[in-house]
Amino acid sequence: MKVLVPVKRVLDANVAVRVKADGSGVDLANLKMSMNPFDEIAVEEAIKLKEAGIAAEIVAVSIGPAQAQDTLRTALAMGADSAILVKTDETIEPLAVAKILKSIVDQQAPDLVIMGKQAIDDDSNQTAQMLAALLGWPQATFASKVVIADGKASVTREVDGGLETLELDLPAVISTDLRLNVPRYASLPNVMKAKKKPLEEIDAASLGISLAPTLRVISTARPPERKPGVMVGSVAELVDKLRNEARII
Amino acid sequence: MSILVLAEHDNSALSPATARTVAAALAIGGTIDVLVAGADCGAVADAAARLDGVARVRVADDAAFAHQLAEPVSELVVHLAGDYGHILAPATTTGKSVLPRVAALLDVMQVSDITAVKGPKAFERPVYAGAALQTVEATADTVVVTVRISAFDAVAETGAAPIEPVAFTPAAPKARFVSREAAASEGPELANARIVVSGGRALGSQEQFNAIIKPLADKLGAAIGASRAAVDSGYAPNDWQVGQTGKVVAPDLYVAVGISGAIQHLAGMKNAKVIVAIDKDPDAPIFKLADYGLVGDLFELVPELTESL
Repeated sequence: MKVLVPVKRVLDANVAVRVKADGSGVDLANLKMSMNPFDEIAVEEAIKLKEAGIAAEIVAVSIGPAQAQDTLRTALAMGADSAILVKTDETIEPLAVAKILKSIVDQQAPDLVIMGKQAIDDDSNQTAQMLAALLGWPQATFASKVVIADGKASVTREVDGGLETLELDLPAVISTDLRLNVPRYASLPNVMKAKKKPLEEIDAASLGISLAPTLRVISTARPPERKPGVMVGSVAELVDKLRNEARII
Repeated sequence: MSILVLAEHDNSALSPATARTVAAALAIGGTIDVLVAGADCGAVADAAARLDGVARVRVADDAAFAHQLAEPVSELVVHLAGDYGHILAPATTTGKSVLPRVAALLDVMQVSDITAVKGPKAFERPVYAGAALQTVEATADTVVVTVRISAFDAVAETGAAPIEPVAFTPAAPKARFVSREAAASEGPELANARIVVSGGRALGSQEQFNAIIKPLADKLGAAIGASRAAVDSGYAPNDWQVGQTGKVVAPDLYVAVGISGAIQHLAGMKNAKVIVAIDKDPDAPIFKLADYGLVGDLFELVPELTESL
């Protein structure tokens, strides 16, 4: 079985986000970029499937600038077999990402696509579902457990109010939630080996897909700040404030 | 201009998330239809018909929609989409699964998780875990939107909209429902609770989490939440997680116990009206956000608080 894992290069989760003063966006210049954490979970799950003898081959794919090679090398160092960079310097919306991924799926013919449920930059949570719809494949979002057997995937999902288990015919698209696994760190020898693994580059413009954004970003602003609070010295004072000042209890 | 709102329900009861999504539709302006897709869901349709501002309830009552799987429901919505300029769903796990499929099949972008309506096609939405607020305008003819329910107040229930059946048979499913396991929770539902008491990693164990947090929540009639660190450590189920990747809540009162205040947690609760933080570290970021901060040993302070209420 072949598994395709899309990964996104995003601002590192530990870097403080700075909104540009002119409202044109978020400042990313010279800041640490990393693989989207949910995509790391997807890579880890694919490797687990390979270690269990279920997956034979893992292909990582990223859409972005030349620097997204680093993100793909991370996936290769973790254990992916090969990588594809769909190169573009434009900002690509989730719908165009899904269309690009569909063309990669058409070419690679994987049995399973597994990817993060959302990217921690634009928080859209839609690319996996869009890809599944464009392919006419079944989907299981927010996976916390994946079992593959007999050409089917049994996926337990984190849903409001509990857990839901679905059975999907393969091929299918799965999006990962936090508790699916704990991604491994790439060891130094594996980082070195990853440099020799195949990484193919495709020009996004060559795919014949419209990459122009369809949502117009009018402004990007800092959220309003809360007014400063007070420290209280005791439980009695806290209860008094909640009752008589906030009048909330 | 007409707006279709996809109802959130469990076939027997309409979720309050629907009344909040209808409020977002009212802010956009237009004739509002609610679509109930389910099986034996007549009571849900009746409840949707009572929501103020709803012109018509359309009901697709079919076994194919019993578990509201994304594939058949998105086919149904696409089938009806020609009648509408806007398609809205609450940004619940169901809405988030269904609506991007609808958007892709209509070849339009989805505007995810809106927190305000700025114009007929313009919306505010948080990005980077709420560290920035983006205002975006859709340019396509059909506008597909998921709505952050904590950002909108529910409409009242004094209406009497007509209910009309929709006949539609989706394609044979490639995804099938197997089972559902409800999280054990006796208090109010986290997403809609007036008061939320949340615990963090400082609780130290599942036993202590339950022993400290639950009595306070019971006393306040509050829902229980948890930080991602507490969930990752196994102290609380994922369903209780408040934050960027969990639930986003905006209760009247949010009590954070033993939570340092990582940005991804703050993203889920910073719009609470009143925030109380109790933690032993006076430099914890949560205190910068809190209206009332109390520094000390939570294992002494929280039982004392519970006792004094």
